[in-house]
Amino acid sequence: MATRSTTIEGPIPERKSSGLWKDAFGRLVKNRLAIVGGLIVLLFAFVAVFGPFIAPFDYKAQDLVAVAANGNRPLPPLTDGHILGTDRLGRDLLSRMMDGAQISMTVALVVQVVVILIGIPVGALAGWFGGRMDNVLMRITDVVYAFPDLLFIIILSVAFRETWFGRALDGLFLVFVAIGIVSWITMARLVRGQLLSLKETEFVEAARAIGVRDSRIVARHLLPNAIGPVIVAITLGIPGAILAEATLAFLGIGAIPPRASWGTLIEAGNKSVRSDPHLAIFPALAVALALLSFTFLGDGLRDALDPKLKGKQ
Amino acid sequence: MTVSDDPGQTSGSPAVSELPEGFQVATEEGRLLAERLADSGRHARKLLEVKNLSTRFYTADGEVHAVDDVSFELDYGETLGIVGESGCGKSVTALSLTRLVPDPPGKIVSGEIIFDGVNVMKLSKNEMRLLRGKRIGFIFQDPMTSLNPTLTVGYQIAESARIHLGMTRKEADDRAAELLGKVGIPRARDRMRDYPHQFSGGMRQRVMIAIALACDPMLLLADEPTTALDVTIQAQILELIRSLSDEFGTAVILITHDLGIAAGMCNRVNVMYAGRIVETGKVDDLFEHPRMPYAWGLLDSLPRLDEQRGERLRTIEGLPPDLIDPGPECRFAPRCGYARDVCREREPELSDRAEEGHLARCFGTEPGGWIK
Repeated sequence: MATRSTTIEGPIPERKSSGLWKDAFGRLVKNRLAIVGGLIVLLFAFVAVFGPFIAPFDYKAQDLVAVAANGNRPLPPLTDGHILGTDRLGRDLLSRMMDGAQISMTVALVVQVVVILIGIPVGALAGWFGGRMDNVLMRITDVVYAFPDLLFIIILSVAFRETWFGRALDGLFLVFVAIGIVSWITMARLVRGQLLSLKETEFVEAARAIGVRDSRIVARHLLPNAIGPVIVAITLGIPGAILAEATLAFLGIGAIPPRASWGTLIEAGNKSVRSDPHLAIFPALAVALALLSFTFLGDGLRDALDPKLKGKQ
Repeated sequence: MTVSDDPGQTSGSPAVSELPEGFQVATEEGRLLAERLADSGRHARKLLEVKNLSTRFYTADGEVHAVDDVSFELDYGETLGIVGESGCGKSVTALSLTRLVPDPPGKIVSGEIIFDGVNVMKLSKNEMRLLRGKRIGFIFQDPMTSLNPTLTVGYQIAESARIHLGMTRKEADDRAAELLGKVGIPRARDRMRDYPHQFSGGMRQRVMIAIALACDPMLLLADEPTTALDVTIQAQILELIRSLSDEFGTAVILITHDLGIAAGMCNRVNVMYAGRIVETGKVDDLFEHPRMPYAWGLLDSLPRLDEQRGERLRTIEGLPPDLIDPGPECRFAPRCGYARDVCREREPELSDRAEEGHLARCFGTEPGGWIK
């Protein structure tokens, strides 16, 4: 009979215990581009929340006297305290862009919430149960995917424009939901694919072998393993949503005046882009910067959460 | 009513008040299981009786007879080895016992599994779930992939106790720490908060053992628990399984292709070949007097200490047969040096040999056979 000396003798050196998320965060902060992107995202988020309090002017206040003095033309940047100038009605462009940031960031948030609420359950059900459930859900997904997004959103916006639902949040709620409804497909497919491969893993079998309920296996054992790609998909989906909102605004759907999103501002500025280019350039720059920041952050997250990179760098 | 062998027990006693919490009885077997769970004092004659178990896989190429008409028994606290080469149905047998065979494509097509007096085949899905983990623990082959990388090991050990013993988070954590210490992991309290990737292979297998033992199961199914580990760790893990099963009185079914492990750990051994049990007996009888050419072959192909330098390892020529639609002949006949015409015509039954409880499936070693 061998001895039972199964424990390791002697003092054990203290070791800092690090978890998966800590490791991932460590890799993320080493990625400069992602950090810059993240900081700009934070800045935009800050502006979106506190915009009305820190903006130099009220976004709908008109400085008609100054505009009249300028020969009824928009004020150029850096005049009379208007850092980015004003529009034709004498409204401060910077303040309007700060208000627009609120709209864009809300788009970013609400659309992704809709995507999560629809995409993850649909993908999880399809991937976990497979068979007929998978077929039905994925065919529905295909139908939504095959539908022309822009047309669908426009129809939806027009159809519900006069209802309470269409007026909520200055008409923006409808836009968010419409964008969300066409955007969850990618998420559903991603989660389904993840579950299809994860459910064959041995730790799922091990969980079954100790009698864990199916619903709990999906919620506690499978979804946390799919969270990395999901987070990346969300971060990379945000620029798409911001762009979709800007596109819609450019087409005249969305925020009810006098509120203006970045897309509305670009559209308005576009009309006088030869005489007063600043009205189009600054909102366009804001959109571009937001898109880039989110994309950098998303790429950084993807690298940080990729288990294949574990131990590298 | 078919309740117990204990004459003092009145059969058909009102079960509802005895049911463990959260236990919904869907079948008569389920009620029996519930009573067993509530009162573990009563036991059946044998811990496990497997009768004529057959499991098939329905693949595009045809029906694979992975486990074919397998019967065996297990006493309380006994350690049974199941040996055989890859693909002979060892793991599928173990999975079938807990009805974990992936369906589709697999299906248990016939047979009875009586575990502690309860017919496992008749349990509902939910009742089955309450049997797994609580009464039957499972240790898998590869500790690298059998632990969930996103959950702490403490959570994974505590989960079983929370599900089956109705423990609170706090109680289950205490239990997990105790178990982790028992399986020989130092600073158990601290290490509970660690993730699997922070453990070595041997330590992960210790964690798996802790999970399997979390609810004091009556049966531990260990499916090649040391295949993925190096030899020194292998010895430690086996010793751990043995000492803990002794301590808790847990019966063990040890699946392995390593005859040395089987010889060292088990009371009895089943030799499986091509989905069938071809020989079974007490470990000493079987290793000293194997009664089936396949078992000889397995023993012969072990490396020996007195091997001549430069001599090649002996192997069994050929490959196991295709398990899709096996013919009527002895399945080992194509590879057997002793096979005669009768072996190619029909398959022998498992029949008694000289020693008690020693059975083999071979015409050649039957009384009056041609093999000495």
